[in-house]
Amino acid sequence: MSTEPTRTHAIDMSAIAQPRVANTPAGKTSIDIQNLNLFYADKQALHNINMQIPEKQVTAYIGPSGCGKSTLLRCINRMNDLVDSARIEGNISIEGADIYRPGVDVAELRRHVGMVFQKPNPFPKSIYENVAYGLRIQGVNERRILDEAVEKSLRGAAIWDEVKDRLQDNALGLSGGQQQRLVIARAIAIEPSILLLDEPSSALDPISSLKIEELINELKETYTIVIVTHNMQQAARVSDFTAFMYMGDLIEFDETNTIFTNPAKKQTEDYITGRYG
Amino acid sequence: MIRAWFKTGAPWVWLNAAAVSLSLIMVFGLLVLIAVRGLGHFWPAQVAAFEYVEKGSKQASTVIGEIVEQQVLKPELAKAAGYTPEQAAQGLTQYLVKTGNRDISGMDFRWLLGKDIKQTDYPENLMVMERREWGNFYGYLQSIKQDGTVVAQGTGAWVSLDARMQRTLDIFAQIKDIEKHDIGAINYQLERLRLKQRKFELEDKLDAQAKRSIAAEKAGFEKKYQALQANLAALNQKIRRDSLVAKAANGQEVEIALEKVVLYYQPNAMNVVQKIGHYFSKVWEFLSDDPREANTEGGVFPAIFGTVMMVMIMAVIVTPLGVIAAVYMREYAKQGVMTRIIRIAVNNLAGVPSIVYGIFGLGFFVYILGGNIDALFFPEALPAPTYGTPGMLWASLTLALLTLPVVIVSTEEGLSRIPKSIREGSLALGATKAETLWRTVLPMASPAMMTGLILAVARAAGEVAPLMLVGVVKLAPTLPMDGNFPFMHLDRKFMHLGFHIYDVGFQSPNVEAARPLVYATALLLVMVIIGLNLFAVSIRNRLREKYRALEN
Repeated sequence: MSTEPTRTHAIDMSAIAQPRVANTPAGKTSIDIQNLNLFYADKQALHNINMQIPEKQVTAYIGPSGCGKSTLLRCINRMNDLVDSARIEGNISIEGADIYRPGVDVAELRRHVGMVFQKPNPFPKSIYENVAYGLRIQGVNERRILDEAVEKSLRGAAIWDEVKDRLQDNALGLSGGQQQRLVIARAIAIEPSILLLDEPSSALDPISSLKIEELINELKETYTIVIVTHNMQQAARVSDFTAFMYMGDLIEFDETNTIFTNPAKKQTEDYITGRYG
Repeated sequence: MIRAWFKTGAPWVWLNAAAVSLSLIMVFGLLVLIAVRGLGHFWPAQVAAFEYVEKGSKQASTVIGEIVEQQVLKPELAKAAGYTPEQAAQGLTQYLVKTGNRDISGMDFRWLLGKDIKQTDYPENLMVMERREWGNFYGYLQSIKQDGTVVAQGTGAWVSLDARMQRTLDIFAQIKDIEKHDIGAINYQLERLRLKQRKFELEDKLDAQAKRSIAAEKAGFEKKYQALQANLAALNQKIRRDSLVAKAANGQEVEIALEKVVLYYQPNAMNVVQKIGHYFSKVWEFLSDDPREANTEGGVFPAIFGTVMMVMIMAVIVTPLGVIAAVYMREYAKQGVMTRIIRIAVNNLAGVPSIVYGIFGLGFFVYILGGNIDALFFPEALPAPTYGTPGMLWASLTLALLTLPVVIVSTEEGLSRIPKSIREGSLALGATKAETLWRTVLPMASPAMMTGLILAVARAAGEVAPLMLVGVVKLAPTLPMDGNFPFMHLDRKFMHLGFHIYDVGFQSPNVEAARPLVYATALLLVMVIIGLNLFAVSIRNRLREKYRALEN
């Protein structure tokens, strides 16, 4: 895909004039993945992925372990940059801006593309400081603004009522489910436009999982959400679109309903009906 | 049967437990030994008066002193010494008695044979006197003299002595104060003035005005100095007023000026409470006073001060250096062959014998670095070196170098233990690598840094060999920190507990008398190290609690 010649180095979402309209799924495209190949040293982990992820919808990646779901997800906020041996071909555009072109400020990109990991990873700081972390990085130190943002984010992540009386306690004292919601609050505190969730409830008990799923449903009003999950019921429950991946290939990408009731590919059907995976 | 026993693993468990017990026994044995030997020294022992018939003489003579040690002479040795087989078979008990009175008899200790002691008494009026020179005096107080004439005798002498002793000690303290602080400060200022003048000369700026102002300042100091000198002379006159006459064991009467007396007491007349009081005052003296008599008497305060200060300065130097190096190696450097080689080199550096660091410190820090600093910044003092001579700064730097590997290794270890998920969490929030490092990774690795520092302190505080080359001396006239600007004098030489042990134990003129002090100093060194370590450990534990990493 061509990129606009007038673009500045940093990604400035408000300055992007021409959001792209995708042919597949309805609505605006938020993330546009084009001919993406990824190699770990000589081993190819992703084969020519093409997909348009719609704005303010939940898109789920499903597939057996090691099929490249997480790898693909981590391409969207360039987390794979941390792996020395990873090499990428093709490109990903977010709201029209190519995030792999030279000169992109990766830190700036990650402010717009938040990420929540499989295992809750709060910092060994107070609950308050965990949520304020991203803002402090941006140089916000005014108490009033921080207080507001912390409350808003914690409410947004549906954990405010549980922690409002102990904001100064160490975040590591929370339960796993609470920690995961805290991490989500931390991610939305810096007001990204996209949230990447990498198996956010796989380390949690069923009740906590359910809470996270409810949360995802609320969050999609505001954010474009991409979620990797092992749990097909979860994908069916929370997502609007589902992508099935296998061995580094994107096999099928369609509305969740279609994928689960009437998949176009045999492989998808086999996986969904539990024949492998 | 045996095979089955081996299979259960029981022998292995026993072996493990035995190894642990052995280590514990050795450590505790060590501590108990030095504690008993060292702490016992300060207890006021009973002083005995023996009626003793020396071998080959018929006449009994009196020997006064404390029993320090007793042992049974082996039969072979007794025979060799010319005793009859019957006598030898009984076992000859020998006593080592501290008799003091080095000025009279020329020696501090005597061996007495148990069978030749006719009678042992513990007279209550026996007096032990600690003096500023010649060691302890044991004997009986006879009279007090003022300006050469007897003013008190018999029991009245004791009453009179207490007051006079107090007066003498007060005056002595005043004299010390003037000599050390006031005159010391003036000498320091005069030296600075001399250097200033020399500097002007070297820079060709010594015009008439500068000369005048220097001369004026100098005159001011000289005047103060004269006043102090006059004051001192008067005090010296006053302090010489009183003296006491005492009778030694051999009946000889000696006159001892009170200014030479530090402390007198009658151990046989003391009750337990008094003895405990005496004990603690002696311990306090040991901790807080300057050494006397070639370090064999008095306290070790300058050595404690020097040890602690050196370790602190070392810690201040080594921690940032080691942490920064470790951060680069672990976080920024490309992990390849080169990094691996550097890491191995750092590890090996920890195994280099410390004396080699001492030589390096002397050759590089003192001569090259110090020499150049002198040439650049202190040309006015040349040819006398300022930093071009062993001193506190170079000793601390040398030890910092010595302990650098420990800090690097444990910091690296700590950095590598920070979970990847934490770093990713921070990066995913839009933090750069540097921000992640400063805000999350380094605080979380701080307990590991403290561990490195603890190991470094433990190693540095006990190190002696390199220090002898780069700054430690037997007796430092001044502390490396005082009230004269700039307060910290890192160019000065200093005393160190480890070296003090070596010096007192092996280099002193009176090894026998100094031996308990060796134990006491060793105990003190161990306690200082434990103290420094506990301090660091408590900081580490607090950091650990604060930055507890993810549990699972």
